[in-house]
Amino acid sequence: MKKLINKPDDVVREELEGLALAYPDIVKVHFEPNFVYRADAPVEGQVAIVSGGGSGHEPMHGGLVGVGMLSAACPGQVFTSPTPDQMLEATKMVNGGAGVLHIVKNYTGDVMNFEMAADMAREEGIRVLSILIDDDVAVKDSLYTAGRRGVGTTVLAEKLCGAAAEKGYSLEEVAGLCRKVNINGRSMGMALTSCTVPMAGHPTFDLPEDEMEIGIGIHGEPGRTRMKLQTADEITEMLALGIIEDPAYKRTVREWDEGQSEWVEVELVDPPFKKGDKVLAFVNSMGGTPAIELAIVYRKLHEICEKKGLKIVRNLIGPIITSLEMQGCSITLLKMDDELIELWDDPVKTIGLRWGM
Amino acid sequence: MTKSQVLKWLEATAAVIEKNRQYLTDLDSPIGDADHGINMDRGFKKVTSKLPGVGDKDIGTILKTAGMALVTSVGGAGGPLYGTFLMDAGKAVAGKDELSDDDLVALLDAGLKGVIRIGKTNLEDKTMVDALHPALEALKEAVADGKNTVEALHLMTDAAHEGMKATIPMLARKGRASYVGERSIGHQDPGATSSYLLLKTLTETVEAEGQTPFGTSA
Repeated sequence: MKKLINKPDDVVREELEGLALAYPDIVKVHFEPNFVYRADAPVEGQVAIVSGGGSGHEPMHGGLVGVGMLSAACPGQVFTSPTPDQMLEATKMVNGGAGVLHIVKNYTGDVMNFEMAADMAREEGIRVLSILIDDDVAVKDSLYTAGRRGVGTTVLAEKLCGAAAEKGYSLEEVAGLCRKVNINGRSMGMALTSCTVPMAGHPTFDLPEDEMEIGIGIHGEPGRTRMKLQTADEITEMLALGIIEDPAYKRTVREWDEGQSEWVEVELVDPPFKKGDKVLAFVNSMGGTPAIELAIVYRKLHEICEKKGLKIVRNLIGPIITSLEMQGCSITLLKMDDELIELWDDPVKTIGLRWGM
Repeated sequence: MTKSQVLKWLEATAAVIEKNRQYLTDLDSPIGDADHGINMDRGFKKVTSKLPGVGDKDIGTILKTAGMALVTSVGGAGGPLYGTFLMDAGKAVAGKDELSDDDLVALLDAGLKGVIRIGKTNLEDKTMVDALHPALEALKEAVADGKNTVEALHLMTDAAHEGMKATIPMLARKGRASYVGERSIGHQDPGATSSYLLLKTLTETVEAEGQTPFGTSA
């Protein structure tokens, strides 16, 4: 293992120390329990948004904290979900009295830890709603698996919900917006190489020099197929068509019902894309793929969207939801409307995304 | 089972998990995310650090404290699952300084129910429940048959071992292993394995009457 680290045990703490020193105008960092939060938190009267997950996906989530995006982010160990005490303390720190939305990626550990944290926060009198992001079309089945994983749409939901909170949306409205973004966003990723978790010291999986994994998860979970390496155009087409031609996806997710004061099963259906839809196209590097290659992917994606009658009205290109140093990319398409376009264009100031201010 | 045995069981489990850290992580590599041993080791080290503070408390408080230590240090699914197992087990024996055989049944029963509640798990999903459920059934039957504590615990451990081995041909339907689909078949579940180690260590602790059973492995 060759990495720019000191000791594997210290990776997450030292990263957080670095962020705190580098960006004091954007974020503050709390240690034990660990979380990154807006430098100006709490913002009185504004809905706060908390997310989190395993480390190793930087800049997500800590680098997405700031004005117009997340209020706080809870980093776990590399690829391991954070613990409920982190989310509880972060929730208390950023609560401005208008309630807190937890945006949770659909992984078994994240879901369990966030549910416990939300229950604890409510016991302390804070209003908390939770929305799951499950947008990875590489997982077809929700009956015999833990369901679709939360990937690229998470970033878009965090930006859009952050903007909505700044605009004064209520907690229910921000949660509703997040649910809408989730069902209208779809993603798929691929890997050219594996990645090495610092604590493990060796690559997570073996991928021969001339092969690739289509449908990879952001922790190196296997996808749909492993095949011989192909060109950027062919790979882009596989990912794009996997997303565009994905049929309606139905599953139940758990959400907190404030009226009944309990977790309830909610059935959600993702509507398929159709001709004439406006979309946001997000081309993401898994960490090891350089910008030059992302532009090549975007070029082909643009062509495919045009051919399929989808109009790209906004885009995002870069390494935002990464998998350590893995080479590969993911594509996310989100169906846009006027509300989402306006929220997307609103100012944001985080370590990873910044415009308009 | 005395309070001092409960404390020794938790300490011994920390030692057993440390010894099996690589083994559990290796089991987690082909079907999970290769961190089960690392996470459980971090968690049980935290448990060990909390035990001196509750040594004079009742068994329920000791187990609840250990459970909370796991919840706040393990992360992943293992933290909530094992944390809830111990916290709910603790609630079932709240206020007690010594456990009868019926208390042991109640403890395991409550812990298992907690795991199922949090994990929404069914039998044969290829999870820790596949080791814990048969273990509880065997313990219940042995206690009902009037077996002595050590005999009953051995039957429990044997059933957990069998349950753990039975996960090998199963198709995973929960957690990250479920994404591997058919490729999960042929691999022993790491969660079922750590559950077996936990129960095996309990049995050895009670049997040894004061000796700490190092050297346990699956």
